[in-house]
Amino acid sequence: MKNNNTALFDTQLMKGALKESFIKLNPKIMFRNPVMFTVEIGTTVMLVVCIAILLGAQNQGSLGYNVIIFTILFATLLFANFAEAIAEARGKAQADSLRKTRAETPAKKILVVGDVYMNEIHIVSSSTLVKGDVFICEPGDIIPTDGEIVEGIATIDESAITGESAPVIRESGGDKSSVTGGTKVLSDKIKVKVTTEPGESFLDKMISLVEGASRQKTPNEIALTILLAAFTLIFVIVCVTLKPFADYAHAPITIAAFISLFVCLIPTTIGGLLSAIGIAGMDRALRANVITKSGKAVETAGDIDVLLLDKTGTITIGNRKATNFYAAEGINVNEFITAAVLSSLADDTPEGKSIVELAGPEVVKHLSVEGATLIKFTAETRTSGVKLQDGTDIRKGATDAAMRIVTSAGNSFPDDVLNRTKTIATNGGTPLVVIKDKIVLGVVELQDIIKTGILERFERLRKMGVKTVMVTGDNPLTAKFIAEKAGVDDFIAEAKPEDKMNYIKKEQQSGKLVAMMGDGTNDAPALAQADVGVAMNSGTQAAKEAGNMVDLDNDPTKLIEIVEIGKQLLMTRGTLTTFSIANDVAKYFAIVPALFIASIPALKGLNIMNLHSPESAILSAVIFNAIIIPILIPLALKGVAYKPIGASAILRRNLLIYGVGGLIVPFIGIKLIDLFVSLFF
Amino acid sequence: MNTELLGIIFMFAATLILAVPLGKYTAKIFSGDKTLLDPLFRPVEQFFYKFSGIDATKQMNWKQHLYALLSIHVIWFLLCFFTLIFQGSLPLNPDGNPSMSPDLAFNTAISFLVNCNLQHYSGETGVSYLSQLLLMFLQFVSAGAGMAVCAMVFNAMKERQTEALGNFYNYFLKSCTRILLPLSIVVAIILVFNGSPMTLAGKASITTLQGDSVQVSRGPVAAFVAIKHIGTNGGGFFGANSAHPLENPNYRTNMVEMIAQMIIPFAMIFAMGFYLKRRKLAWNIFGVMTIGFLLLVIPTVITEIHGNPAIHQLGISQPNGAMEGKEVRFGPAASGYWSIATTVISTGSVNSMHDSGMPLSGTMQLLAMMTNCFYGGCGVGFLNYYIFIILAVFLSGLMVGRTPEFLGKKVEAREVKIAAFIAILHPLLILAGTALASYFAAHDTAMGYWFNGKATGWLNNPNNHGFSEMLYEYTSSAANNGSGFEGLGDNNPFWNISTGIILLLSRFIPIIGPLAIAGLLAQKKHIPDSAGTLKTDSTIFGVMTFAIIFIIAALSFFPALALGPLAEYFSMI
Repeated sequence: MKNNNTALFDTQLMKGALKESFIKLNPKIMFRNPVMFTVEIGTTVMLVVCIAILLGAQNQGSLGYNVIIFTILFATLLFANFAEAIAEARGKAQADSLRKTRAETPAKKILVVGDVYMNEIHIVSSSTLVKGDVFICEPGDIIPTDGEIVEGIATIDESAITGESAPVIRESGGDKSSVTGGTKVLSDKIKVKVTTEPGESFLDKMISLVEGASRQKTPNEIALTILLAAFTLIFVIVCVTLKPFADYAHAPITIAAFISLFVCLIPTTIGGLLSAIGIAGMDRALRANVITKSGKAVETAGDIDVLLLDKTGTITIGNRKATNFYAAEGINVNEFITAAVLSSLADDTPEGKSIVELAGPEVVKHLSVEGATLIKFTAETRTSGVKLQDGTDIRKGATDAAMRIVTSAGNSFPDDVLNRTKTIATNGGTPLVVIKDKIVLGVVELQDIIKTGILERFERLRKMGVKTVMVTGDNPLTAKFIAEKAGVDDFIAEAKPEDKMNYIKKEQQSGKLVAMMGDGTNDAPALAQADVGVAMNSGTQAAKEAGNMVDLDNDPTKLIEIVEIGKQLLMTRGTLTTFSIANDVAKYFAIVPALFIASIPALKGLNIMNLHSPESAILSAVIFNAIIIPILIPLALKGVAYKPIGASAILRRNLLIYGVGGLIVPFIGIKLIDLFVSLFF
Repeated sequence: MNTELLGIIFMFAATLILAVPLGKYTAKIFSGDKTLLDPLFRPVEQFFYKFSGIDATKQMNWKQHLYALLSIHVIWFLLCFFTLIFQGSLPLNPDGNPSMSPDLAFNTAISFLVNCNLQHYSGETGVSYLSQLLLMFLQFVSAGAGMAVCAMVFNAMKERQTEALGNFYNYFLKSCTRILLPLSIVVAIILVFNGSPMTLAGKASITTLQGDSVQVSRGPVAAFVAIKHIGTNGGGFFGANSAHPLENPNYRTNMVEMIAQMIIPFAMIFAMGFYLKRRKLAWNIFGVMTIGFLLLVIPTVITEIHGNPAIHQLGISQPNGAMEGKEVRFGPAASGYWSIATTVISTGSVNSMHDSGMPLSGTMQLLAMMTNCFYGGCGVGFLNYYIFIILAVFLSGLMVGRTPEFLGKKVEAREVKIAAFIAILHPLLILAGTALASYFAAHDTAMGYWFNGKATGWLNNPNNHGFSEMLYEYTSSAANNGSGFEGLGDNNPFWNISTGIILLLSRFIPIIGPLAIAGLLAQKKHIPDSAGTLKTDSTIFGVMTFAIIFIIAALSFFPALALGPLAEYFSMI
């Protein structure tokens, strides 16, 4: 169950948003949005005009007409506020569904009493836990808050957060020591240290971002607001100067007409939807189970030039898998397989497990390692294995390590095996030589399994203009092979944490924006250095602090989605601005002739839409201007679809749809509304 | 096809053919490459630098460029202003013309300083030869200053991160000596051979066939007219400007003057292409500008050739088209073409009276100055277009889902703020000025010191045409164009001072804006292109830029145009 199936307009949400739209009429809140603020001023002026007419003012048209204009302007304001409110409500609902998991839960807090007495366990409410407290969790417990395991290992069901049903293992010390509030311990007992103050977890931060309390405008949003303010100012000038022009031409213009002209010309469509678009962007990220620490991070993601991906788990499935058994010349294949399985039965590593898997249950069920001693892998021997009860010594390991063992015992290393190891290595695999009593039996081929569909995803990224870089601990030869096979543009082989850091710095120096995903503490500096650092939720606290997003799914390919969300965000703003501005052409042709036709009849030549009367023309333009906002709310919330077809092609496509569309739609819309309005005016 | 149309097509083609190599030459000069004329001009330049103590090799940042630009302008203004108000008592005044009133001198000095040349006086009686020579000097340096700023912007558009953007004095002096001067000499020589006077002697006295004695004004006309066009200045030696037979004797000189005024605006675009090795971008920009130009020029030429519908309705045939206010030696096509050419670029010289043109032509001339970025004046034309590029880059950048970039530099809030401000300024100055004048005219206010009599007294025509006259005057000022709709009584403190202020603001702020944007962008890190980067030399980006210009620059004037020339146009048909 992923949390992304909220209907676009849930009735419950609608109600709340409707109420919010009235609250947002407060000029103090409106002031944040210069375009809509001027509309509010215009609406107020119209209210005054209506009252003045009631009190007997002349020459401003009928009361009914003025009241209708006022009502439409008021509706325009409400529509704009509603757009913002519904976006907020959806974001909040999404966040709430995550937050629900962390409602009050009992926590088994450890009270440090002193050195003399044993630590006592008290059951307290999760909300009372503060940073630094330690609590324990036993099977069946809900983890009360975010923290880091300080002792123990446990399997945890994180489905409440990630929607993934398979339980995960979290243990102290490593890079997977972090636990999230709301998840459930399935087995074993862990001691957890609280890492966040109440109300300061990532989720809390995200919720406050969506709610607008701490929402800051992103750089692009600021620049766009400036541009929109400039457009508004141009039309202030156009409308204000029109008064003396009209006086000179003896063409009296009513206040209602002035305000209608002004409101129609200023970019109310984008002005009304701008903040909704921004909130919806963060909301989309949240729906993808990514918690962003700022709106800016989402926006920056759209600009990413270079993407650093860990090989393991991203490009390839988990770890290497055994794919082939190659017995040495003169060795019975079954003997070789049996030995390989025996050496792996007690071996918990993924490679070991995959050998057992490859051999198949038929082979495995007859074998047993009862009473055998396990020889663990060490960095010095670089082999692992088992000493059976009968003294048989089976080892498996890297070629050079195996060769050392064999030759030191005076045996020869068979040429065919040596050649086989080389072939495997050049094919991107890892050879694992199996030795029984210091005699080479054969070699097991371990291969990285490249995830299905990854090639297409990289192709998509390339078309977006994003360079992909694979980071791996493999040797350059293997790395190169996998890089080619998976279709990444570059790789960092035998990577150490500082290599990542240096690569990021190098790319940044040449002006590029770099994104990376990481989980370990040693990833933290690189995550902080990267322009977009996505930490996995399973990662350490340090990693989560360093990055600017946290992925709840721990899915390394998530970055691709994040990049698309970022691009969508910018595109939605750009296209709706273009649409809004292109609308002006039709509105000019609707209103300008209407203003002057009475005094300069010749100007009916400008009435190319053949609108019924000056009143109906102005009303139609204002009505169109108002209703286009709610019509576009779904688009603002869902975002304009992004297709990786190259910048010029996207521009052509969007300019055709939103530019040319924005030119034509209002002509049709205003004409249609006029046909209806002309029944009354 | 008739010869009149062939004539204007030839003028355009010839300008283009000459402008490409001139652009290459200009690019060489700005990059400091070797040119053939080096041995000739280097000593002259060395002399200037030695004399003034300027180190022309010192690199300047954009603020230093701005400081240099503004400081030399202050000196030129003072020099010109005081010469004009004392010209009556200064030498080189064989015709004994009087000194200028301070408000007219203010207007004239500014208007020549800013490459506009509004000329609220007539050259024959309004200025002495000394003043004419000084004004001629300003025609050189104002054009040179525009080109120097443009050169700095080119320099800033290079793909690197820097504050060092060349030396203003180097760009300025070289623009004057290496480009404006040689071209002017060529044009002046052609004019002299076609009959333009070139003398410091006073009026000539001739006896006509009727036996009357007529005084004919003359002076150093050929030189003056040459730089008036080469530098896109447009300030005529005589009141009638290039309609005057001594300024523009025949169809041949008309062609030369036409080519002369358009060649540098064309060449500057190509110079950018050669200088930055972005020839495709240059052709793209040239293409957009040309489409804008054609959209303005074609309707104008057609209406002028068709003649006046009101005269048609009287049953009078007009085989030569609309000839009111036009010279027989040029005809309606060449006059219509000239009227748009002179308004899209900021020359503002006229070879026919725009006041007498058809209303649609008036609309087009006004639109040409309202958009003010199709080719444009010497250097500054490109700067105006640059602002629209920034705005187009911003919007289309968003539309492709990437933080907007122009030539590898991120366009952010600060640049958008400046560009938006500059884009607003032009309509603000035009509309606010016209609103002020309309207000007085609508209420027929007694103007006191500002105007002798009541406000409607400055209008030659009532109603819509009168409105067009006022709108044209402020549009011409704000576009630094300098042509007049005439008919307007503009030599009075109200018009002299109000247009003077608009001239100053509309010259320097639109120079400072692009200068600052280019300077700020140059300081930013250069981002290499990727598949996601928007190509600014693509056709679709050109379309986007054109749309922005149309909606911001042209549509904001729609209500004003509706009350002026459009009302007249619709009344006529």
